[in-house]
Amino acid sequence: MLNHLRPAFTLVVVLTVLTGLVYPLTINGIAQAVMPAKANGSLIERDGAVVGSMLIGQNFMADRYFWPRPSATGPGPYNAAASSGSNLGTTSAKLRDRVAADVARLKVTGMTSPMPADAVTTSGSGLDPHISPAFAEAQVPRIALARGLEPAVVASLVKQQIEGPAFVIIGEARVNVLKLNLALDALNM
Amino acid sequence: MTTIGWLQISLLFLAVLLAIKPLGLYMARVFSGERTFLSPVLAPVEGGFYRVSGVDPNKEQSWLGYTLAMLTFSLAGFLALYAMLRLQAHLPLNPQDYPAVPSDLAFNTAVSFVTNTNWQNYAGETTLSHFSQMAGLTVQNFLSAATGMALAVAFTRALARSKVTTLGNFWVDMVRATLYVLLPLSIMVALVFVAMGLPQTLEASVTAKTLEGANQVISLGPVASQEAIKQLGTNGGGFFNVNAAHPFENPTAWSNYLNILAMLSISAALVYSFGQMVGNRRQGWALISAMAILLIAGVAITYWAEAQGNPILTAVGVDPALGNMEGKEVRFGQAMTALYAAVTTGLSDGGVNGMHGSFTGLGGLVPMFLMQLGEVLPGGVGSGLYGMLVFALLSVFVAGLMVGRTPEFLGKKIEGREMTFAMLAVLILPLVILGFTAVSAMLPFAVASIGTSGPHGLSEILYAYTSTAGNNGSAFGGLTGNTPWYNTTLGIAMLLGRFAYVVPVMAIAGSLAAKVKAPASAGTFPTDGPLFVGLLIGIILILGGLQFFPALALGPVVEHLAMLAGQTF
Repeated sequence: MLNHLRPAFTLVVVLTVLTGLVYPLTINGIAQAVMPAKANGSLIERDGAVVGSMLIGQNFMADRYFWPRPSATGPGPYNAAASSGSNLGTTSAKLRDRVAADVARLKVTGMTSPMPADAVTTSGSGLDPHISPAFAEAQVPRIALARGLEPAVVASLVKQQIEGPAFVIIGEARVNVLKLNLALDALNM
Repeated sequence: MTTIGWLQISLLFLAVLLAIKPLGLYMARVFSGERTFLSPVLAPVEGGFYRVSGVDPNKEQSWLGYTLAMLTFSLAGFLALYAMLRLQAHLPLNPQDYPAVPSDLAFNTAVSFVTNTNWQNYAGETTLSHFSQMAGLTVQNFLSAATGMALAVAFTRALARSKVTTLGNFWVDMVRATLYVLLPLSIMVALVFVAMGLPQTLEASVTAKTLEGANQVISLGPVASQEAIKQLGTNGGGFFNVNAAHPFENPTAWSNYLNILAMLSISAALVYSFGQMVGNRRQGWALISAMAILLIAGVAITYWAEAQGNPILTAVGVDPALGNMEGKEVRFGQAMTALYAAVTTGLSDGGVNGMHGSFTGLGGLVPMFLMQLGEVLPGGVGSGLYGMLVFALLSVFVAGLMVGRTPEFLGKKIEGREMTFAMLAVLILPLVILGFTAVSAMLPFAVASIGTSGPHGLSEILYAYTSTAGNNGSAFGGLTGNTPWYNTTLGIAMLLGRFAYVVPVMAIAGSLAAKVKAPASAGTFPTDGPLFVGLLIGIILILGGLQFFPALALGPVVEHLAMLAGQTF
């Protein structure tokens, strides 16, 4: 075993330099030079200020914005510095009570059951940027009322923002909540 | 379940199928020491590595020498990573000023990455500096995968050669696996990942002012470079706490495809390389078929179970049309999450794109069962192949017993010595998984870690030891694993699952290498036809699966029945 010590330790060192420093820093250099917007987190700016990332969900509570899915991150929802799912099992009483409370909360805002599943369940990451088209459409009357807009105007905005599966089959139909709300603000501040 | 969902799943398997032959042939060349199109660039680097480390690339090792070299190398890697995590506060590239990782967590994490498990008791973005992620975790992502490939290649040589005492040189196989296979593929995949939206920066975070006026701190880092090798090396350890469910690790359906393709291709292609190197490509395809049949069955059951939704939530007013969405991302839906879950556990990847702990009882049973089968579908890079070959030896032995002939595999007689070591190897999993689960289920402080009580609580513990002993790394995340008890025992489970398994396997290789490779005769049981594939699947299910059935009945099966009955805990 002793004759293996030299190759073992030397190779750990040289391979650390190659795969742990040269490799990631090379990728870093190329990414920053060629694709800086993506390499830095696909950030969205409005009036020169960063308002979020196109890929990361953010919390919306006001009636005048589309709401995202519930989020299980702590201490508050959509904490993009500490991703987390609820990890609750299907038979968890805590899960059932939480979902029942959210169903009741959404009913007060005019939505009717059965609710789209994504409206009352937390995502795996707690940072899901998307909601289903069904959940977006169900929120149209509330938004229209809060903003004094025609429901048809808001509904057509939602329709524009629905991203379908690529080539009809790859992925799921979804709406990016931040992009939708930015479009909404552009329409009517 | 939808037709489109099935189409998505089929397309992915088609893509893997197309990658198997070219990649398999390329790797066979690499491990036969031949020149490849990358040699002009890489051969000087390779030669330099041998010179500084004092390795004679032409000197082959016996099975024992090869195994000891592998163990010493793993020990060196463990010590380097442990030291790095403990000294994190004094090392560069630590923009968030994270302190040293506590000793039990550092032990667990170092073992986790050296054994190619990548169990995450750490939460990446809140615990580890960029230096620890790059020079620590990323490095072991490469090296533990290269180690697995080297071992598989050594086992392959034992079956390819006749009457020899050596199996190749560990240092050469490991270095060539890193330089010629993992590194070039990682560079390609990492750059495509950046184009798909994975961040690659040395900044720690950016603060956004949300539309509602709140501050949102968004963690960033060198994600793409780590994600690429995480999948290619079937490691699975995420940059972020929630792994590939995080939109920065896996932002779109396309990146999800590439994630799965990257983790599946090398393992599957290595089986083709095996066929090529032993001079019987049909044998490679036979093993691939057995793997594919079981894996596709796993995908189908998970997809079906998850698409039904959770009747307990349906009862309180949730529409089951989207299926069980707790712990899943809208952009992936049920088909892509089920596919990822089955592949990551049929392999020994362990990355997740949805929270397995929130799956239905049956949907969560499948990933657990696939790991308990020994992760041979097609398993971790290298580890899956040698695991599958052990099952193949057991299959010909059982077939031999049935017809009363001396069992043979690829012209090598399989005798008592090989069977003894094979049983030693396959019994490690039930011993570690059921043993530690039983002990933990009786210790009050260990039970206190569970997140959902009732049968799901037992599943959480069972899943943890299954995942670590199988060197997978995925979790039922409800379990609070970052405690001294779990950090230590899960660490031991990972060590036993990797090394106590592979030492007897290498002893089999040594014993087989020394035997004459006899030509096939009329009485030889063909091991490359459908009959053998069926037998192999039977042996995997009986030997790998049946021993876990009582435990599974108490956990996920009871949970599923309780869910159907509407009972909560």
